[in-house]
Amino acid sequence: MTSRAPFYFALFVLITAGLALAVLRHVELGIPWLPGEQRPVWLVEARVDFQAQQEPVLASLNIPDQPPGFLLLSEQAASPGYGFSIVEHDGNRRAEWSKRFAEGPQTLYFKAQLIPDTVGDDTPSGPAPVAKPVFWEEPQATAVREVLQQARSKSSNPESLTRELIKLMQPETPEQNTTLLTSGTNYVSLLERMLNHAGIPARIADGLQLEDARRRQTLKPFLQIYNGERWLTFNPHTGAQGLPEHVVLWRQTAVSLLDVMGGSDSQVTFSMLRQTVPALQLARVEANDNGLGFLSLYQLPIEEQSMFRMLLLLPIGALVVAFMRIVIGIRTSGTFMPVLIAVAFVQTSLVPGLIAFIAVVCLGLLMRGYLSALNLLLVSRISALIILVIFITTGLSIVGYQMGFNTGMTVTFFPMIILAWTIERMSILWEEEGAREVLIQGFGSLFVAVVAYLAMSAPLASHLTFNFPELHLVVLGLILLLGQYTGYKLSELRRFHPMKAYEP
Amino acid sequence: MSWISPFRLQRAGMLSMNRRNVDYIGRYNDRASYPLVDNKLKTKLIAAEYDVSTPQLLQVVRQQHEISHFRELVDELDGFAIKPAKGSGGKGITVITRRDGDQYVKASGAKVTLATLERHLSNILAGLYSLGGTPDVAIVEDLVQPSASLADYSFQGVPDIRIVVFQGYPVMAMLRLATRDSDGKANLHQGAVGVGLDIGTGHSLNAVQFNKAIHLHPDTGLNLANIAIEDWQQMLLMASRCYEATNLGYMGVDLVVDAQKGPLLLELNARPGLAIQMANGRGLLTRLKAVERLKRPHFTPEGRVAFAMETFAQPVQQA
Repeated sequence: MTSRAPFYFALFVLITAGLALAVLRHVELGIPWLPGEQRPVWLVEARVDFQAQQEPVLASLNIPDQPPGFLLLSEQAASPGYGFSIVEHDGNRRAEWSKRFAEGPQTLYFKAQLIPDTVGDDTPSGPAPVAKPVFWEEPQATAVREVLQQARSKSSNPESLTRELIKLMQPETPEQNTTLLTSGTNYVSLLERMLNHAGIPARIADGLQLEDARRRQTLKPFLQIYNGERWLTFNPHTGAQGLPEHVVLWRQTAVSLLDVMGGSDSQVTFSMLRQTVPALQLARVEANDNGLGFLSLYQLPIEEQSMFRMLLLLPIGALVVAFMRIVIGIRTSGTFMPVLIAVAFVQTSLVPGLIAFIAVVCLGLLMRGYLSALNLLLVSRISALIILVIFITTGLSIVGYQMGFNTGMTVTFFPMIILAWTIERMSILWEEEGAREVLIQGFGSLFVAVVAYLAMSAPLASHLTFNFPELHLVVLGLILLLGQYTGYKLSELRRFHPMKAYEP
Repeated sequence: MSWISPFRLQRAGMLSMNRRNVDYIGRYNDRASYPLVDNKLKTKLIAAEYDVSTPQLLQVVRQQHEISHFRELVDELDGFAIKPAKGSGGKGITVITRRDGDQYVKASGAKVTLATLERHLSNILAGLYSLGGTPDVAIVEDLVQPSASLADYSFQGVPDIRIVVFQGYPVMAMLRLATRDSDGKANLHQGAVGVGLDIGTGHSLNAVQFNKAIHLHPDTGLNLANIAIEDWQQMLLMASRCYEATNLGYMGVDLVVDAQKGPLLLELNARPGLAIQMANGRGLLTRLKAVERLKRPHFTPEGRVAFAMETFAQPVQQA
């Protein structure tokens, strides 16, 4: 007798591999365990208003491009009468509206769906930015030099220099130099110019504070410096490093937010809404650009996907049949006939399916009675039976339809060949073993089919089998394990009960 | 509803269907030997080589057109049996005991015409009764005339003796008696009576029908407690020799006793049922394990039969 250890080890590997892969994909791709799980999504709407001046209009709005901490799910524009396109140059993405002639107040909308995404990575591509040369006039030049000197003495690297600079520039620490500098100028752009002057590449980014159901919001400026590896974001008033939660950087590159040609009095306002979308939908979007995505079925054409949805349910049915036959000990007519019937039930739904199935089999048995009197060869008898089954299903569909039962049509989902063989086997069984055995096996088959149907039609089952195909390794492991079961079947506990009389 | 706990079954050493399939049929029966037992024609030929006699073969119908030869053959016969070579569980076996004018009388007493028999033959050829529906051949055999001592017990048909042989050791036996319910067939699940036989002596132990203990035959009313099989050792030897013939470690050997020719091998079964345990009131597992524990197995049928008759004899307790 060979050792069973390698077999059980292989089983263990199979089951753990299936589970581990599923957990990994859940964590990495965010595929939810349960169907219908929801995740928050921010719907941000930018509204552009301007006065058209009776001439061709070209409006160009900067739109987010890989904002840190968020993932762009979808974007669309709504602006009747305007041509719209998203153009990209110099690493900037801009939405452009154009129209040959417009007059009066104009409103353009741009909508984007953003998902909070923690794994976002914002390393810039392309050449590293360099500090822009800045020219100062006296007396600002001296003040800038002194303030920078002060900040530099208290800092060691670009980040700490930035923090110290912001601290020094605060109105709470009034100093002659800073008051001179801050008076009458844009505070944030002053900071940017001072940092550039100090040799640190800096820029202004516009952020949008996301709050549910807010309207007419404007962008708030944030300061960004480049530390040699990536852009770091600072709050220009508190010096806090990093982007606050729920702030999306709408504009990061130092270009204008909105350009309107052929219009005046232009302005951009934002409104936003917190929505929820199925987590699964998000996972599919994310799967496309993740290394683990190749394992999923989402890339397949939709038609194949729906076929796989059905196909991947079959192992569940097979598991049910294996359990029912090996552990419970239910007799069925044909080993996997119940699974095929259950698949048909999935398409017809249970009660109409049951009625149609029983009707077809009963009518078929009646007709088979006549066929057996004809003394035909087996092959031609089965062939004749297949044709009869097709007649019966057609008849049921037509009669059902005329009587107003659309469910009659669903009978066509049953596999005809399987039905014909079922009828043939039942008929032989009837002649050889009597009606009782036909009823036992018939009800056994139907019972297993119904259980398999219930297992396969559970939303959780179709969700897990389709979205975590690796879980089939676990099903395979369980079936192999069932193949090792040498204990008593439940039905044997009943069958062998007279053994009580011979207690040793 | 009455149930028995799995622990009690375990203590009684009852062999379960799953364990039979995995630990005995799967482990000891080489698939290559299956055709020998699944095909009655091959069984007959190989049995002859090992001095195991079988009912006389009258005709083999292999093709549809050969059915006309069958017509010529049966013209001269009174009783015969038609069997599908690859049939299982007694399916497709028709036993004709005598003629009544143009009609043939089945073991059950029902009368059939020649046309019915021919249809039956063509069904057999098409594979209706064979495993997996493969095309089959039909064999026509001489009718077995059961010895008078046993024939009385059976309602109709021939009583046969099923012996489970494990690695050449006859481990358990029962006598199967046809009843009205079983339509002259000797299959327990069809309602035949199973009478457990003591391996040591060939005397009856308990009897069951439809899984219930009985003491009298339901149709003949005879007491089933005092049956004794003649030529018992000879039958065990025949069964044991089938192991050499087929190399199947776990099989059922079905024997009949003919009034003139003595014990005959009817068929072999590579997947013998579990009902024999009920008829004996004993579990198979204990005996199978006793054989598996043997450090020095016996190499001759005689040695194995002697060992089995000594080891598996059941002291008479009841009746």
